[in-house]
Amino acid sequence: MNIVFGMTYILPWPLSIASEGTLSIVEMVVIALVYLGIFSVAGLFLVLMERRVAAWFQLRIGPNRVGFQGLLQTMADALKLVSKELTGTVKSDKFLYNLAPYFVIVTALMALAVIPFTKDFHAFDINIGIFFLIAVSSIGVIGVLLGGWSSNNKFALIGAMRSGVQTISYELSIGLSLLTMILITGTLQLSEIIEVQKNGWLIVQGHIPAIIAFMIYMIAGTAETNRAPFDMVEAESELGAGFHTEYSGMKFAYFFLAEFINMFIIAAIATTIFFGGWLSPFGITESIPWLGVFWFLLKTLVLVFLMMWFRWTFPRLRVDQLLTLEWKYLLPLNLMNIVLMALMVWGGLLIRF
Amino acid sequence: MGRFTNQILEIMSYFSEIYKGIKTLLTGMSVTGKYFLTSRKGAITQQYPDNRDTLKMFDRFRGEVIMPHDENNEHRCTGCQKCEIACPNGTIEIIWDRGLDEETGKKKKKIDKFVYHLSMCTMCGLCIDVCPTDAIKWGQNFENSTYDRTQLTRVLNEPGSKLKPGVED
Repeated sequence: MNIVFGMTYILPWPLSIASEGTLSIVEMVVIALVYLGIFSVAGLFLVLMERRVAAWFQLRIGPNRVGFQGLLQTMADALKLVSKELTGTVKSDKFLYNLAPYFVIVTALMALAVIPFTKDFHAFDINIGIFFLIAVSSIGVIGVLLGGWSSNNKFALIGAMRSGVQTISYELSIGLSLLTMILITGTLQLSEIIEVQKNGWLIVQGHIPAIIAFMIYMIAGTAETNRAPFDMVEAESELGAGFHTEYSGMKFAYFFLAEFINMFIIAAIATTIFFGGWLSPFGITESIPWLGVFWFLLKTLVLVFLMMWFRWTFPRLRVDQLLTLEWKYLLPLNLMNIVLMALMVWGGLLIRF
Repeated sequence: MGRFTNQILEIMSYFSEIYKGIKTLLTGMSVTGKYFLTSRKGAITQQYPDNRDTLKMFDRFRGEVIMPHDENNEHRCTGCQKCEIACPNGTIEIIWDRGLDEETGKKKKKIDKFVYHLSMCTMCGLCIDVCPTDAIKWGQNFENSTYDRTQLTRVLNEPGSKLKPGVED
């Protein structure tokens, strides 16, 4: 477990004489605050991106008034949400009702800690990186379930239950499709997975089964973030706003922000596992390591765009169709794919440069 | 043997279904992708107060009822009152009089004021459908807000206007 920043050298002197234990705690808190700041703003810009992209898909213009080309629109929205009154239902379970948004946002931010943006910009490089990501990203659904249950609202409860069904089902596909790629890398540590990809991105190395795994991962990932076409959880036409019907102001904003950060995380994992993370294509900028952030964000945003493309193209599935897709199609295909990948790794059929 | 063939067929149809599913999804994505790429040129959003000078409403837009006059200040309304009867809300009131016709010297029905209460109009268009001489039409103005509702009561025929000759024939 290492925290890579080397923050110890730049701390002011009163802290430098403190004990090592205190220092590492201070270091962690500072890094956590930096991440919190960066990603709440990044989440806001993802919301803006979604709105502009949605507008372009529907032949509209989208928000373009606040700031240059509407760049400050979501900032203004966030300010408005902060200043709004927090309302709740009378017979709600107050404790759980207030706890739920934090579950959702905290798990979303926790997953960010292990994602490698460059070789050095990597807060928490543990040897079970992918395992940690899969585990943490499915805790978020507890927040959704709590929110739906404690709201004392039947629509919220139905939405939350659907979310439970959905996450339990699609968690399998996410895990198995990532496991397919782990067969190539032989390690769960994200920094080493990227090291392996210096011989070619995994989607190239593993060719056919890797592409199948990527498709399954993107489908399951979209379902995991509860986005259309899998937005049974908040199906507007059926359930009002689903599990967050009764939430307002900043608590609602947490749910909303978490959705977008989760989308970013899903895309970031796909970038790391399939598309070489911060590695540049063909190693063209290998001599300038800080450009890794640029390549990482570029790849991630392309995948985020892909998910937005899904959202504005496909109609919503019914609950039974959702389960059919997972249990009758994705899961069997995934198992076959794992066997195929294992045979390929065993037979040495990977493409390595 | 037969059972075995059936199973093979089932497996084949399973995979062909997956293939068809992916193909149709990609077809849908290519359609929306084309819209995404052309959205800059084809955006249907009107940025209204900015393009006020150039904004032109579409032909079938129902803004308000107007009575067109030609360059001699002549309209086509004979005062038959069919529109007044057709209107479900009492939006139209025609105040008419009998005046002497200059050509024939006979007494003849003429409109004095064609009063139109925009505040009561639901834009149903029955008056325009029923008009035998096409005297009234849809106008394209939509900026109808005023500070005083009396301004929404309008007299559609211009002062001093008269019936265009030949309309009644």
